[in-house]
Amino acid sequence: MYSLLKTLWLIFLHLFHRRETIEYPERKAYLAPRWRGRIILSRDPDGEERCVACYLCAVACPVDCIALQKGELPGGRWYPEYFRINFSRCIFCGYCEDACPTYAIQLTPDFEMSEYDRRNLVYEKEDLLISGVGKYPGYSFYRVAGLAIPGKDKGQAENEEPPFDPKTLLP
Amino acid sequence: MMAGLANVFGILLVLVITAALLTWVERRLLGLWQDRLGPNRVGPAGLLQVVADMIKILFKEDWVPPFADRIGFILAPAIVMAALLLGFAAIPVTPGIGVWPVDGVGLLFILAMISLSVYSTVLGGWASNNKYAILGSLRAVAQMLSYEVFLGLSLLGVVLQARSFDLRQIVAAQAGMWFVVPQFLGFLVFMTAGIAAIHRLPFDLPEAESELTAGFHTEYSGMKFGIFFIGEYVGIVLVSAMLATLFFGGWLGPVLPPLLWFLIKTGAFVAFFILLRAALPRPRYDQLMAFGWKLLLPLALLNLMVTAAVLLAF
Repeated sequence: MYSLLKTLWLIFLHLFHRRETIEYPERKAYLAPRWRGRIILSRDPDGEERCVACYLCAVACPVDCIALQKGELPGGRWYPEYFRINFSRCIFCGYCEDACPTYAIQLTPDFEMSEYDRRNLVYEKEDLLISGVGKYPGYSFYRVAGLAIPGKDKGQAENEEPPFDPKTLLP
Repeated sequence: MMAGLANVFGILLVLVITAALLTWVERRLLGLWQDRLGPNRVGPAGLLQVVADMIKILFKEDWVPPFADRIGFILAPAIVMAALLLGFAAIPVTPGIGVWPVDGVGLLFILAMISLSVYSTVLGGWASNNKYAILGSLRAVAQMLSYEVFLGLSLLGVVLQARSFDLRQIVAAQAGMWFVVPQFLGFLVFMTAGIAAIHRLPFDLPEAESELTAGFHTEYSGMKFGIFFIGEYVGIVLVSAMLATLFFGGWLGPVLPPLLWFLIKTGAFVAFFILLRAALPRPRYDQLMAFGWKLLLPLALLNLMVTAAVLLAF
């Protein structure tokens, strides 16, 4: 009986406690930088697309919501001809971000993407591509990768030694 | 004549609107006691939530399941609403406001109406032809058997002291001291029985959401379900008004007008009932029956006998 009265009193005191509710449209909850929300495609510091159309994100995607097509620039750089994410399927698991070798695809702390028409949830490349570097400033795949592109030959990447010449015996 | 009609329809209207508003009050208060906010979007402070709910529930299909017993199924929600609204007829709100200007046996009438409202629960569960519903009805019967006896007995102390079944005279007899002081035991027993009588938590065994989906109204939807709900809230107001009238001096009180005193006292009990819902878990129904028969019935009898003895001796 005493415990019942105590319960009643304690619950009554909750009248004066702070509310846990965040009144959403007026106030927004804090979302961590690594919160998994709307997916974007980032650019490298030079303003070029980071995506190299390797298809790893599309393979990793458990719901098959990513579709893209590889294209090749004259210098040998790969890029996606189209890049399409169907957000009505996306489960925001973040596997694509994990799979991406170039930090191109990233999940952002934004979830306000409701639409009245389901077709509007299919985002094309121009919807996904942002102008910045996203979560990884300063990273450029082609600067660290060994691939030869115009303006950067083999052995000229960061931390890369010049190619070994097998035809000479000198060390 | 006109005053009488105004009384009748005024009380009816206020009561039904209050019962509907209580859905909002309950959700807001439960929210507050659970560190939430409760519905606060529709209209000022969420007050129009009631209207939104009514629109929604009125436009639902008025459906009777094909396997149900049609007559009983439709009759059940009407019974609880009618019985509890009729019960309120005997409550004197103030000396001037009340459906019955003179009620010789008002208390007995209210008790009879509360008893009748149980048929709604039983009939609803039985006519639904659903195993959860019938389990709910069985529990309602078991619960009725345990509380109905001391629901009446606990009030006899008050009746003895006031020497009347007339609620107005009972209020008048409390001019010196509210009956909650000499009849504290009776107050506790009656409050417990009253909560059980209108199936409020923690004694909502007939509808026990966690075990019986929704108990006796599992098959109900649309406005028939709504009537069950409004009926339940009318029941809360009725029992709160009875507690205020019988133990807390009804409209009596200093400074403020009588009507306000009655509303304050009744409202406090309504809020207390909601607090009970927020705080207490539900007992098993054998526990409830044991509690009723082994503890509350002896207490009610003891209270009655001691009151009678004291009244005889002095």
